Amino acid sequence: MLKRIGAKTCISSNVDEIEQAEKIILPGVGHFDFGMRNLKQSGLIEVLNKKVLKDKVPLLGICLGAQLLGNRSEEGVEKGLGWINMDVVKFDSVKMPENYKIPHMSWNEIEIKKSSKLLEGLNNKSRFYFVHSYHMKCNDENDVLTNTNYGYEFTSAVEKDNIFGVQFHPEKSHKFGMKLLDNFVKI
Amino acid sequence: MRRIRIIPVLTLQNEKLVKTIRFKNPTYIGDPINAVKIFNEKEVDEIVILDITATKEKREPNYSKIEEIASEAFMPFAYGGGISTLAQIEKLFKLGIEKVVLNSVLETNMNLVTEATKIFGSQSIVASIDVKKNLFGKNQAYKISGTTKVDIPLLDFVKQLEQAGVGEFFINSIDKDGTYTGYDLALINKISSHVNAPIVACGGACAIESFLLAIQNGASAAAAGSMFVYTGATRGILINYPKQEDLVSKIYQLI
Repeated sequence: MLKRIGAKTCISSNVDEIEQAEKIILPGVGHFDFGMRNLKQSGLIEVLNKKVLKDKVPLLGICLGAQLLGNRSEEGVEKGLGWINMDVVKFDSVKMPENYKIPHMSWNEIEIKKSSKLLEGLNNKSRFYFVHSYHMKCNDENDVLTNTNYGYEFTSAVEKDNIFGVQFHPEKSHKFGMKLLDNFVKI
Repeated sequence: MRRIRIIPVLTLQNEKLVKTIRFKNPTYIGDPINAVKIFNEKEVDEIVILDITATKEKREPNYSKIEEIASEAFMPFAYGGGISTLAQIEKLFKLGIEKVVLNSVLETNMNLVTEATKIFGSQSIVASIDVKKNLFGKNQAYKISGTTKVDIPLLDFVKQLEQAGVGEFFINSIDKDGTYTGYDLALINKISSHVNAPIVACGGACAIESFLLAIQNGASAAAAGSMFVYTGATRGILINYPKQEDLVSKIYQLI
């Protein structure tokens, strides 16, 4: 999908390559600890911290990649990147109607909480594909970019300065996701 | 409003898109890439692509074709057919698919499910169960494109698979396949009340109302083949998908 947009991309776990990047996407599906340990073992945390916090390069976390931006997750014991003041918590089935299954695996709409370059041309009717059992919970309301309802309202996207995180999968969300990725490439 | 997934299922014989009736008489439909491109335009929720002759012909998945399809699919893409090892599953995920669909390997190697879900997460491992009624009307699971009986009783089979870690069941009624007679609702009901994992109903869909009934009988998503590649029971070839507003008013707002 990024190719279709015309972005020059490479998939990398190489420190020197990441050092050169003008924008960074942090993807990921799977276990929180597995994701953090992978980043640690490939020695990427230092270069990511520098690029994102010092050089202010835009970074987009997708799915687990978004969750890793926070402090910690109920899924595991590893600390997150800590760039956004949020925790990752499991869907609370007690608060949800019985026919809502976990994981949340479906298309869903977003409710936009603040204006953002990332969401230009998108609105509350835009649909995205979600697959997740844990969701982000911001400690600072200002970081919330969108909420989504699945049995109850949860935070589906976050934004703080040059750091973005989306729980859904823009790369699998048709024209809506393509627009979001195009927006990110143009930031 | 709760959205559920409505999923086109494309059946392949290696690189050719075909459609069967009761798993027999495969009719040539066209090129899978073209179909996926049209499904992009129709903004479908997800696609399932099954190579129905891979295991029968003892072939591995056709990786280059799958990669080509994955690069065109701007929606979640599940692939099944000819998968029997962890290495194959890993290779498929690297090609850019979201889920693997397992069928023939399930009875003999349930351990594969456990190993795969540990690495890739249960949401990405789908168990496809093909079901046919025997002479006495009892539901029986089949494998290898419906040619071989699974020796484990159906409900025990799904329970064991759920315990092994399967994230989703794709329940395909062989008797209903391509018949436009509606889903086997009793079957969906029986399986969904026996396991907690989400059920995708497949086989027999003929209209949007079929999907609603499947959901009301316990399915979490509804899939169809013929309905999305033919104009109707007369079987003129036309790749199609319901309009979003119809899905909203005829399903999502009613469940």
